[in-house]
Amino acid sequence: MGQTRHCKQKTAMSWPCVGEAGRTGDWRTLRPVVDPEKCVAARKGKIVCMQCWMFCPDNVISRTAPPEIDMEYCKGCGVCVQVCPSQAIEMRPEHAEDVAASTKEEASCDR
Amino acid sequence: MATNTLNLPEQEYMLPGNRACAGCSVGIVFRHMSKALDGKAIFVVPASCFTVLCGMYPTASVQVPVMNSVFPGTAACASGIAASLKKQGRDDLTVVAMAGDGGTADIGMQGLSGAAERNANVFFVCYDNEAYMNTGTQRSSLTPLGAKTTTTPAKGKMQFAKDLPAIVEAHDIPYIATASPGYPGDLYDKVCTARGISGTRFMHINAPCPPGWQFPTAETVAMAQLAVETGAFILFEIMDGKFQLTGKSLALADKDNRQPVRKFIELQSRFGVLDEETLARLQERVDERWRKAVARHRAEE
Repeated sequence: MGQTRHCKQKTAMSWPCVGEAGRTGDWRTLRPVVDPEKCVAARKGKIVCMQCWMFCPDNVISRTAPPEIDMEYCKGCGVCVQVCPSQAIEMRPEHAEDVAASTKEEASCDR
Repeated sequence: MATNTLNLPEQEYMLPGNRACAGCSVGIVFRHMSKALDGKAIFVVPASCFTVLCGMYPTASVQVPVMNSVFPGTAACASGIAASLKKQGRDDLTVVAMAGDGGTADIGMQGLSGAAERNANVFFVCYDNEAYMNTGTQRSSLTPLGAKTTTTPAKGKMQFAKDLPAIVEAHDIPYIATASPGYPGDLYDKVCTARGISGTRFMHINAPCPPGWQFPTAETVAMAQLAVETGAFILFEIMDGKFQLTGKSLALADKDNRQPVRKFIELQSRFGVLDEETLARLQERVDERWRKAVARHRAEE
């Protein structure tokens, strides 16, 4: 995301920014993994079902086939696992090395 | 046609990486509300969990204008903005006052009552997580009977929750609705309806809270759906005085297959102190409210 401190602004107001609370993906202890064999959207290759996208409280699941989860910001609540009608998503233990690998420097705005 | 998953707009107004707790239902509520409003809204928010979600200066995680107001002044502040917009001839914007249960039923009650009496052009939304969750789960007047909070730690709350929509209905405003994050299509449709009406509109939204209600974060949506399936939360809308059950509650009334309230509360640790007698009182209250709602729906059909 771009600049967060617009110093030219005369008033004290906040600007929209992805990752306002930092890399919230760090909160996760379990990560959701989509099984493309079971996911209806992935199998059919078109926009169907989309329950995970609709119910994601953090807006990190894309409305695509297959749905993609933004691991940078996914807090690992597991709502997607619970709402998936075909049990295509499961929670797997998070490993420290995976977090390091998935963390992109330029994606966060609180540098 | 009722809105479903596939015809919901794709445009999002809430950004990822926000400060809300994992599994917070307010995220689901805000996403679908802002979609229904097309982002053409000004939000007025008192101290609440939604303020936390919106973020800290100088960043925000919502892409709509939000004004933070004092706790009791939400509806008054929104009325002022609505009056200013009217003077400027801006009729494309909806002024949304979004407060929690404390900011609506306790501290914000006089402001809301005043705005409703003046029929100010404000859409007041109460997301009801049934306690002061933002400050660490203190009891509010919408906390249900028997629920343990940090201010009712021993036996749980000893009183029933207020009937908030009934209080607001007494002001004779054009539109009142209830909605649940478990049924986003229904929520979306109701916000669209409210958007097209002028005058004071009120919406009561059930908002399951994993840390406050003490259930696993993954169960947020299941909990919202169970609240409706057991009749503990009833989905309805009152348009110009005409009461109608909607969505899942309408289906439940037709089939008469409501589940016992025990199924809903046994999953929440905050009801861990509940004894059988209190549970029976709670069930009785839910049954009574449900009977009244179904009877009113049939009478006004």
